[in-house]
Amino acid sequence: MIKAIPNFVPDINRITNLLVEAVYPAIGLTMFLLVWHVAAQNINTSLGEFPGPVHVANQVSALYQEHQDQRAKQASFYQRQDERNAKKLAKNPEAEMKFRVYTGKPSFLDQIYTSLITVATGFLIASLIAVPLGVLCGLNDSVYRSLNPIFQLFKPVSPLAWLPLVTMVVSALYISADPMFEKSFLTSAITVALCCLWPTVLNTIVGVTGVNRDLINVSRVIKLRTFTHLTRIILPASVPMVFAGLRLSLATGWMVLIAAEMLAQNPGLGKFVWDEFQNGSSDSLSRIMVAVLTIGAIGFCLDFLMLTLQRWASWDKTATIR
Amino acid sequence: MERYLDLSQIGKSYPTPNGDFEALCNVNLIIKKGEFISLIGHSGCGKSTILDIVAGLQQPTTGGAILEGKEILDPGPDRAVVFQSHALMPWLTVYQNVELAAKNVFAHSKTKTELQEWILHNLSLVNMSHAVDKMPSEISGGMKQRVGIARALSMEPKVLLMDEPFGALDALTKAQLQDVTMKLHQQLGNTVIMVTHDVDEAVLLADRIVMMSNGPSATIGQIVEVSLPRPRNRLALAEDASYNHCRRLILDFLYASHATQELPAEADDISCQNDEAA
Repeated sequence: MIKAIPNFVPDINRITNLLVEAVYPAIGLTMFLLVWHVAAQNINTSLGEFPGPVHVANQVSALYQEHQDQRAKQASFYQRQDERNAKKLAKNPEAEMKFRVYTGKPSFLDQIYTSLITVATGFLIASLIAVPLGVLCGLNDSVYRSLNPIFQLFKPVSPLAWLPLVTMVVSALYISADPMFEKSFLTSAITVALCCLWPTVLNTIVGVTGVNRDLINVSRVIKLRTFTHLTRIILPASVPMVFAGLRLSLATGWMVLIAAEMLAQNPGLGKFVWDEFQNGSSDSLSRIMVAVLTIGAIGFCLDFLMLTLQRWASWDKTATIR
Repeated sequence: MERYLDLSQIGKSYPTPNGDFEALCNVNLIIKKGEFISLIGHSGCGKSTILDIVAGLQQPTTGGAILEGKEILDPGPDRAVVFQSHALMPWLTVYQNVELAAKNVFAHSKTKTELQEWILHNLSLVNMSHAVDKMPSEISGGMKQRVGIARALSMEPKVLLMDEPFGALDALTKAQLQDVTMKLHQQLGNTVIMVTHDVDEAVLLADRIVMMSNGPSATIGQIVEVSLPRPRNRLALAEDASYNHCRRLILDFLYASHATQELPAEADDISCQNDEAA
């Protein structure tokens, strides 16, 4: 009897863990699907019944099928073009070749890819500016006092207010015969960047100014040089706050991007939603619902990615998703 | 050297909306090389401020501190501090914490291997050789403070400043660390100033106990010489007459002649008095 106890206890723990880790979330999701299913049947719109889980699941495979079809079309387009050029070349070796880029409708997966690249670019630009700026403001009170009013003024501005200005500025300044990026891509990325700046800047400032006084006194007693002081004391100490800011920024940026794409007709998930809405077929609502769930899932994955990055970069391994 | 560390006429005031608040006034103290000084007094009497001034972390408003004939103007590794909060960098291992200090001090005078040996030597002085690669979060409070002491010693300070170093530890751990501190003082002969509010600790460790009067305008109230022979043993001393006499003197000072009382409503009116200075 007594011998059995040590084996028995971990089993209970494992079962409890499994319950907490997997079973409860499963219960929550099932409840959600049920409520959704029932509620959807009772909502009638001009485009028909609100899509329930089954319709949406069907559209997931439909969208994937469309993506496959698009890829096939694209492949055959390039194949035909290559054959045509090869024939021309056989007739006349001096002939001028024509290479055209396939301009078919982007599939749902293409739109996801565009959105991801755009948000990553905007977020990266913002972070490269925001973290050093935050550290500078945290270390130097005069700089902080000079810049803080600007931060406070622009922090509450909705990105959509920026959008027309950014669009016009990009059109005016980004003139190139052979542009490396699409203008719409730049507009979206810059709009995202403008919104990703503030949470990172402000959290970095809080992190840098909040470094424990004793640790700073240790650094003064040891007489660390400014560079060592920065890299060995200030930066490691503020990593948790910097990442808190980065995670907020990325979440904001992702939300902003969808809205910006919708409003400015820039390619991406936002445009997909808007196009489906304008399209108004009986499948439209289901397809929009697929996009909504995708946006949510990607947002969650991005946050998880940042958390993993934080755990890797920070000495504080206790950070969790909240 | 008779006047190794010389605190003269030290005063410290802080500006407040109601005029300056005088925390310390007219603090005079001469410390010999190798001496172990305990600073004791009620909370808020400015003991830590004196320590900060010697460390160079704060500047006195009047007077000054002179170490080996040179005025103290800024912090430096020749006056290493052991903080109550241990103040180890949580992102560095035990070894790296000591290395951060030692590397900066001996950058030009020790080779890589010498430095490594020196760091390990200092960790072995406080019996922490077994945990060199542990993170601070993985060791106990007492161990962290041992590393804090090793870090301070690794800078080979002229004066070791300890700011209530064992205040946050339980009684048993505290006793262990007091023994370590006594052993190190015996072995290395450092000059030590330790802020404490533990009467037993003060008597057990110190050559002289400096007692502070209550603030505002706190100053040195009385100095007690502890002429007990070293090495000292806490068990033997428990029954020792001169040990208990010293304890009695401190308790009288703290709880009879300088018992804490309500601060007067108008602190500004209190003038600087240096009563019964030794």
